[in-house]
Amino acid sequence: MNNPPDISQDPSEHEEYAHNIQKHVKGYLMVGALLLAFTGITVALSYVDFGTRKANIGVAMLVATLKAGMVAAIFMHLAAEKRLIYRVLIFTAFFVLGLFWLTFLAWYNPIVR
Amino acid sequence: MEIPYTISTRPDTGLWNAKVGIWLFLASEVMLFGGLFSAYVFLRLDAAPGTWPHGLLNVPVGTMNTAILIISSVTVVLAWAALKMRRYRAYWWYMLATITCGVIFLTVKLVYEWPQKFEHFGAYLKPEALEKYEQYLGNHRLAEKGLPPRLEITGHLENRQALRDPNIKEYEIAMDPVNADPTNPAMDRPHFLYVPPTDKIAKIEKEDVDRLTSFGPWHNTYFASYFTITGLHGLHVLGGVLVFIYMWLPVSKRLYQHNPEHLANRVEVSGLFWHFVDLVWIFVFPLFYLL
Repeated sequence: MNNPPDISQDPSEHEEYAHNIQKHVKGYLMVGALLLAFTGITVALSYVDFGTRKANIGVAMLVATLKAGMVAAIFMHLAAEKRLIYRVLIFTAFFVLGLFWLTFLAWYNPIVR
Repeated sequence: MEIPYTISTRPDTGLWNAKVGIWLFLASEVMLFGGLFSAYVFLRLDAAPGTWPHGLLNVPVGTMNTAILIISSVTVVLAWAALKMRRYRAYWWYMLATITCGVIFLTVKLVYEWPQKFEHFGAYLKPEALEKYEQYLGNHRLAEKGLPPRLEITGHLENRQALRDPNIKEYEIAMDPVNADPTNPAMDRPHFLYVPPTDKIAKIEKEDVDRLTSFGPWHNTYFASYFTITGLHGLHVLGGVLVFIYMWLPVSKRLYQHNPEHLANRVEVSGLFWHFVDLVWIFVFPLFYLL
């Protein structure tokens, strides 16, 4: 879903523009409903036994990542954003993954192992 | 001198100033919460069996708060769309709905969820005393089923004075259902609905107790992470609500009359912040309430 275009300075085009935004509004409402449904699914899945606690955590994190992706892509307009924003986020992803990697190394402790 | 690109976009990047600013800020926020979440992962991976509690928080209340934040994320994006369509009245109502959602979320946290923890106590037993209190722990059965042991007896502390008075030799705890009926298979998994402590009282000798505290951040690493992360998240919700109130007050109407696109841009960047706060909660909710 693309972002709504910037509003035109020409008053005669306003009506068409408003109509265009209205379509986006429908999309936002649909994503909101989906997010609520997925919240229910997350709760329900946590009462299903997937064998091990690790498996349950994996499933719940998968659903949470999906929900977070929808918020980021649609509400935060990341589905269609300018290149500079993506560049900033690539750096962020690199550093935050590095942080989790360090945590993993500290726990796994390859030197003593 | 007028600052360029506050409303119109820069030709080379296609962005106005605040949009770049908020994304740089959100990048730093990702690192802040990322640090706390990695601490959570680290503490949890190294937690000894039975020391990471499961199902202590109220799931329906947490689910409701999750839904409230999602609804507020929808209303704030609708408020922005209303401004883009130059419908100030609709914008005003959507903004009011967003502020209300934020206030409800914070009220549930501060009035209902947090204070309850400080009224709930848990006594961690010394390892050699576990056998003595087997009737409240049901560890033999748990060991047979390959489940982690129970190391504490939880509930309402009936004789609070025992915390300070060295002459009182035992704690009296009105036990949670899990300790009142420990061999019931229904207690192996957490309840969906909150079940208050029973009136069955356990007398626990002080010398058998490793430590007894309320469910505050000092109780264990789980509650330390819980209060740190939900506390920081709550501060973000509060910050967002304050900004939204400013944009909802008549002072912003004047900006709207002067240049509606300027207000729309402000709502967009504060909305981006709000969605990020919602996004963090999407992970907080399963990690602390469900898993």
